[in-house]
Amino acid sequence: MTDAHPSGDKRFKLLDASMKRYQFQPDALIEVLHKAQDLFGHLDHDLLLYIARNLKLPPSRVYGVATFYHLFSFTPKGEHTCLLCLGTACYVKGAAKLQATLEKQWDLKLGDTRSDGKMSLLGARCVGACGLAPVAVLDGKVSGNLNPEALLQLVKGWDGDGTR
Amino acid sequence: MELAELKELADKEKAEQKPIRIRCCTAAGCLSSNSQAVQQALTDAVTTAGLADRVEVLPVGCMRLCCEGPLVQVDPDGAMYGKVDPGQAASIVGTLQGGQTEARVIDTNMPFFRDQVSIVLENSGRINPERIEDYLSVGGYQALLHVLREMTPNQVVETMTRSGLRGRGGAGYPTGVKWGLIAKQPATQKFVICNADEGDPGAFMDRSVLESDPHRVLEGMAIAAYAIGASQGFVYVRGEYPLAIHRLEIALRQARKMGVLGTQIFESPFNFRIDIRIGAGAFVCGEETALIGSIEGKRGTPRPRPPYPTESGLWQAPTLINNVETLANVAPIITRGAEWYASIGTAKSKGTKVFALAGKVRNTGLVEVPMGITLRKIVEEMGGGSPGGSIKAVQTGGPSGGCIPASALDTPVDYESLTALGSIMGSGGMIVMDDATKMVDVAKFFMEFCMDESCGKCVPCRAGTVQMYRLLARIVEGEATAADVAQLEALCDLVRNTSLCGLGQSAPNPVLSTLRYFREEYNALLQPAPPAPPPSNQRIPLPVARG
Amino acid sequence: MNSITLTIDGKLISAPGDQTILEAARENDIHIPTLCNLEGISAVGACRVCLVEVSGSNRLAPSCLTKVAEGMQVQTATDRLREYRKMIVELLFAERNHICSVCVANGNCELQDLAVTVGMDHVRYEYQYPSCSVDVTHKEFGVDHNRCILCTRCVRVCDEVEGAHTWDVSGRGMQSRVITDLNQPWGTATSCTSCGKCVQACPTGALFRQGSTVAEMKKDRELLDFLMTAREKKQWIG
Repeated sequence: MTDAHPSGDKRFKLLDASMKRYQFQPDALIEVLHKAQDLFGHLDHDLLLYIARNLKLPPSRVYGVATFYHLFSFTPKGEHTCLLCLGTACYVKGAAKLQATLEKQWDLKLGDTRSDGKMSLLGARCVGACGLAPVAVLDGKVSGNLNPEALLQLVKGWDGDGTR
Repeated sequence: MELAELKELADKEKAEQKPIRIRCCTAAGCLSSNSQAVQQALTDAVTTAGLADRVEVLPVGCMRLCCEGPLVQVDPDGAMYGKVDPGQAASIVGTLQGGQTEARVIDTNMPFFRDQVSIVLENSGRINPERIEDYLSVGGYQALLHVLREMTPNQVVETMTRSGLRGRGGAGYPTGVKWGLIAKQPATQKFVICNADEGDPGAFMDRSVLESDPHRVLEGMAIAAYAIGASQGFVYVRGEYPLAIHRLEIALRQARKMGVLGTQIFESPFNFRIDIRIGAGAFVCGEETALIGSIEGKRGTPRPRPPYPTESGLWQAPTLINNVETLANVAPIITRGAEWYASIGTAKSKGTKVFALAGKVRNTGLVEVPMGITLRKIVEEMGGGSPGGSIKAVQTGGPSGGCIPASALDTPVDYESLTALGSIMGSGGMIVMDDATKMVDVAKFFMEFCMDESCGKCVPCRAGTVQMYRLLARIVEGEATAADVAQLEALCDLVRNTSLCGLGQSAPNPVLSTLRYFREEYNALLQPAPPAPPPSNQRIPLPVARG
Repeated sequence: MNSITLTIDGKLISAPGDQTILEAARENDIHIPTLCNLEGISAVGACRVCLVEVSGSNRLAPSCLTKVAEGMQVQTATDRLREYRKMIVELLFAERNHICSVCVANGNCELQDLAVTVGMDHVRYEYQYPSCSVDVTHKEFGVDHNRCILCTRCVRVCDEVEGAHTWDVSGRGMQSRVITDLNQPWGTATSCTSCGKCVQACPTGALFRQGSTVAEMKKDRELLDFLMTAREKKQWIG
């Protein structure tokens, strides 16, 4: 039996169903964390504790696992996300320039979300689209063969009028 | 179901195909260049032209020349078009009625295509990866049926051994030997894991195979499971590959429904179930003991071997871990025979290898080539050389590999030759670097990668990569001396020899290979002697004698 | 288990076949340095200080995990091994802020002892000076991350002996930290039974009893016995 979450948030029902599918096996922790992040966008302490209780795992183990894997995020993401590929092919083809351009344009460091919540600038180890390097994933859509100008064009409007 | 019925299904599927087929790439690369719209436009154009009764448009997997995407190819005459715009769809369809098209024609006779030998990728770009019927039409699951009906598990192991297939994940362990080790284990519970955690930046072969021909991998897993006596398998796939995961899920559903996976497969006593496990962004999980930990829902920290997973792996049961490309080779070896496979390649490296060609090279994409081909042929002839200038180095094996200088391009591609050059075969990333690429920067780039991806369990890798990265950064900034390079080399030796797992042990490779071939680039950045004192030379207080 | 014979540093030794090289060496008064190893809890082979050379293998073997074998020839203190150990200790000193003169464990610290054993007189590597916190929210104990070497003895003893699993490791690589519960102040970690085993298991001054000042935090050296029986004898209180 699941200890239902007191908030009554419907997303917990979906999470419960997912845990049930894995029969509340502790082995399913990573699958459950994926599901939780899909539902809630990020993993906060309340959510991690809820998962720990239901899978009968020590909280420290859940926290340790969640923070080991870089796809899990613990703070809300921005309205828009730009994921820059930092793989070797993109590196050789100038990904660092793309990074510098956006960091300057948005006054943001890689890995951060701007304080107004408009956008997150993230890095990926390799998105596997090396034939199109350099590559960025803008709100889930892959764009390849980029240069700084083309990238700025694509994210125009993310912070209102496209300028700082 | 018997072989005759399976063949009948294949024939029926083929008979239902229309005489003219327009194939449109819908693998991740071309999708990002809007190939879905191209496919839709082609479908509409076919209808508009009134050709729907004899022309079909089908979504297929990777057609290899990623830099020219979206790619479209028309059967049966094989005309290929690149960088196709939805607006060009009508004129491409028009060529079927004698018209002209302004679409960019790709020469399919150029070395990039001509010199490929297709085994792993033979169905890629030819079939719809989301339909099991398409896989059946090219003889899919017939190898599995043959194995279940005609071969003992021992015979399967023996066939794999004779084929000479070696693991395509990087280390090149003989596949048949590995299967044999597990088959011999008395345990009743065993597992097969497909390692699809393609973490090497610059490698995208496994992603393409999963997106283009997922059933081939599932069939390979099932044959492996029969050979070693496993009833449960897992595909551990990177979370960064959503399309590959999606297509695997579809393939699994279809395979279960058709009864080629599940219980009593082909009415035999053999049961095999496959589940997907999705990685969450940790390069180290490509290491087999870390991967096992991750499937068990734990932190992906490697543990010392022995015991090897072949004896004690997932939940302490004997576990076979093979990479995607290795498993994709299994069905054709069964169908065409070990001798056929062993006739391709070199004395010690058999068969073909898929490389992901990227970086400063004209033709980027996937090439499947026989082992023993020279690097020069791959990058200069097939790859078309570097657009901006001359090739300086070729990087293989990702963060665990090394940079091979242009002077060594005539080396044949096989496990031993690449290792002798200070690199490794790796999983198949091949990144071309030209004169504009600074090799010390490259070494620093890879060291930063290893530092960030170190799991932190063992001291040499956790703390040593940080120190190596700092030294490389100082060299790049022009603040280092010859003593720092000596320090760097000593750390390379330590980390290589004392780290717990392959990630740490191979982390120094990019530094060592660039030092070996491009030391003058390091020297050019150094401050003249005498060396400045090390930045921190603190003495630690010695403990007082204890009573 | 059958007895087998092997040589360690040229000395002919007979040992039970299920022993590790480390155990066999210790029983024969051959000292192999260790850090993450602790009798009574599982071995993880993480610190790499106990690596030894085994004839016929080109890989160094962690002696805490490698079983003895008939005819095995082991070298525990070659020049190469000595140099590696020294480098590993230096890497640890450079990794966090190990300032012995103000440490509660000064004089009672396994890392400090090891530094002496390997002959380390200075650190050749750049100090990383990470910003590490000190948590004294627990009513009896404290954790100073500046002194932690991530040996995970606390994690293992808490899980395997006490059964509480209050401790674990968060993050990875150089960002790794030992944590209690959801990375919350120790004093608020509800799973903690305050048994104190982690404090006793800790090789450095990272975990300490509150009120200890410099050089006062002596760790119990009869650890195995202590860990197994402390609960009944209530040794950890006070």
